[in-house]
Amino acid sequence: MATLTERAPAPAPNAITVALKEAAIAAAVMALLAIPLIGFVLEDIPGGVTLVFRTAAVLTSCAIVFAGRFALAMFRGHRPAMLTGLFDTVGMRALGSRIGKLVGPALIGFALVMPMLPFSDRYIVDIGTSVLIYVMLGWGLNIVVGLAGLLDLGYVAFYAVGAYSFALLAGNFDLSFWQCLPLAGLFAAFFGVLLGFPVLRLRGDYLAIVTLGFGEIIRIILLNWQEFTGGPNGLSSIPRPNFLGAPLARSAPEGQTPFFEFAAPVMEPIYRMLGREWGFEPIHRIVYLYYIILVLALVTNLFTLRIRRLPVGRAWEALREDEIACRSLGINPTNTKLSAFALGAMFAGFAGSFFATRQGFISPESFTYIESAVILAIVVLGGMGSQLGVVIAASFLILIPEAGREFAQYRMLMFGAAMVLVMVWRPQGLVSGREPSVRLHGVPGG
Amino acid sequence: MEYFVQQLINGLTLGAIYALIALGYTMVYGIIGMINFAHGEIYMIGAFLAVITFTGLGILGVTWVPGAILVVLIISMFFTAVYGWTVERIAYRPLRGSHKLAPLISAIGMSIFLQNYVQISQGAKIKALSPVVQGNVPLMTSDAGFNVSISYLQLIIMIMTTALMVGFTLLIQRTSLGRAQRACEQDLKMASLLGIDTDRTISLTFVMGAALAAVAGVMITMYYGVIDFFIGFLAGVKAFTAAVLGGIGSLPGAVLGGLLIGLIEALWSAYFSIEYKDVATFAILVIVLIFRPTGLLGRPEVEKV
Repeated sequence: MATLTERAPAPAPNAITVALKEAAIAAAVMALLAIPLIGFVLEDIPGGVTLVFRTAAVLTSCAIVFAGRFALAMFRGHRPAMLTGLFDTVGMRALGSRIGKLVGPALIGFALVMPMLPFSDRYIVDIGTSVLIYVMLGWGLNIVVGLAGLLDLGYVAFYAVGAYSFALLAGNFDLSFWQCLPLAGLFAAFFGVLLGFPVLRLRGDYLAIVTLGFGEIIRIILLNWQEFTGGPNGLSSIPRPNFLGAPLARSAPEGQTPFFEFAAPVMEPIYRMLGREWGFEPIHRIVYLYYIILVLALVTNLFTLRIRRLPVGRAWEALREDEIACRSLGINPTNTKLSAFALGAMFAGFAGSFFATRQGFISPESFTYIESAVILAIVVLGGMGSQLGVVIAASFLILIPEAGREFAQYRMLMFGAAMVLVMVWRPQGLVSGREPSVRLHGVPGG
Repeated sequence: MEYFVQQLINGLTLGAIYALIALGYTMVYGIIGMINFAHGEIYMIGAFLAVITFTGLGILGVTWVPGAILVVLIISMFFTAVYGWTVERIAYRPLRGSHKLAPLISAIGMSIFLQNYVQISQGAKIKALSPVVQGNVPLMTSDAGFNVSISYLQLIIMIMTTALMVGFTLLIQRTSLGRAQRACEQDLKMASLLGIDTDRTISLTFVMGAALAAVAGVMITMYYGVIDFFIGFLAGVKAFTAAVLGGIGSLPGAVLGGLLIGLIEALWSAYFSIEYKDVATFAILVIVLIFRPTGLLGRPEVEKV
């Protein structure tokens, strides 16, 4: 005991030497990694290729790794004490849960008024729409991964089914967005059952790879079934959503009134009060789309929050924790998993048809495996099962690349690195929500 | 008939390459029970290193082909192994002992990172390599004049793969490293209690898997002559399919699965449609997992309560 206390306060210079040594080793490894792949580059010259060596790039990467490793080694000792000391006291936890209760409504309130705030222009509302699409997809996948614990790496397939079924229904049968939306959800749910039925008895990793395979199968079929899906050219001129039958355009076809005339009786007085002129503006459509996806996303959220309290929702969470125990309690694992799969798919279908109507054009390009990985990353980085975590992770993953537009080519690089780093830093996700929804006698777990 | 034999040869060549990648998947899965999603990217890095080294040797004026291939193999295997080691050290080791999804997400992130890393450092354009080995051995000729032949390159690939498999099997069965590895595969905790340095064993597993993937990368570079930064994804999924088909965790299974996947792909492309050849692979994966989740040579897994 005595020797331990004597040894505990390590002398500072020693720590620096250790950190320097570790940093030097890391830099040496980086040099081994960098010399062949960053250093040597193939360059085309007339009549063949030649090799160019970029010394500066190699040295820069080694220097970055050296500095990073050094900083990490220096601060490594302090981190756990700081974090656990801050977060794991009872008072902080109580405060955290109280703040947590306020964050949700505050975020919803902000999302509702966001397009009307003075700084909101077309670009910002558009980004908001993108974030909300991913929030909705994240919430949908959260049912499958977060609640039911089924690892789905082909979620984008259902998103694609929703998008294509809307585009095809609208193109072939002249149906409007609002007529197609439920149908698209149904189709996607149907696909969920169809694909889920044979594979749901597989365990975690296997399920991941099989769903990945299904996602790719659907994409390859979309790519090659030229006459039906338009192949790589995709489907275009997908109709825009209308507002109670009023199209959001400058002029409407025979028998319809454009939105700005339709809404004039309500909107004109409001605008006059604000001292502005009411009339057609292209941003109306952008804002309208924003509100559609906001409502769709909130419906998804509400649905999830409510269904967690139903027997089926509780069965999902129980199944996630222990399948054998569930089976011995008489829960049918296949049906329970299938319902989670189908419901998750349904929300992806809704999001897909919204995506189609927003873009006006879809092609298999938009439904690659990377999209599935992004959505799964949103769920897992956010903290599986946490609705708030999904919002934070989606905003983080979509906004960070937007903020770094000038580094456009480094976008996916940063994205991949962020996935690894967040996992290494907080394997349980940013907001860990693996708390049971129900507790016996309201006793806090401990 | 002759056409069939030719496709058989092509399929076996492709299958040998898949088998080499599949070994890496199956070893890693066997030892720490995770799908190493970045393994396809490791193979892609091996292929890039092959193109770079071949070009470098060409500039240096090396014309002796066997020597060149040997040098390329050694360089590519060494540096790819360093990549494999680093990936394990950075992305997987800190996550040992956390919940099952964490390393998987980390691996997916690593795979995205490596793909874009190579794209940025080497450019998105397809890299081409002029044929290194040319010529073939005619085997038979049909009445219609269809020649069946096996190219020297195909022979090299098959012989090399076989030699590697033999060496690798000996490594696993005869050396102390192999014994440590098999012990870790059976029970990681028990192995560490008995004094096996499990971290080191796992690292070496990644290093060996990466080196085998590098060989596959060198082969594919010589075989097809063109590569890009995206080849890792499909090859990775197919090799994983091969590992599952053969029974994950089983080394002979990975080889068998790789050869079968190669054959199926070649025959499907030849007799059905080339557009849907990947669908065929994925469909096989699904069917195998549904009807025989342990694969052809895998041991049944006992679920412990």
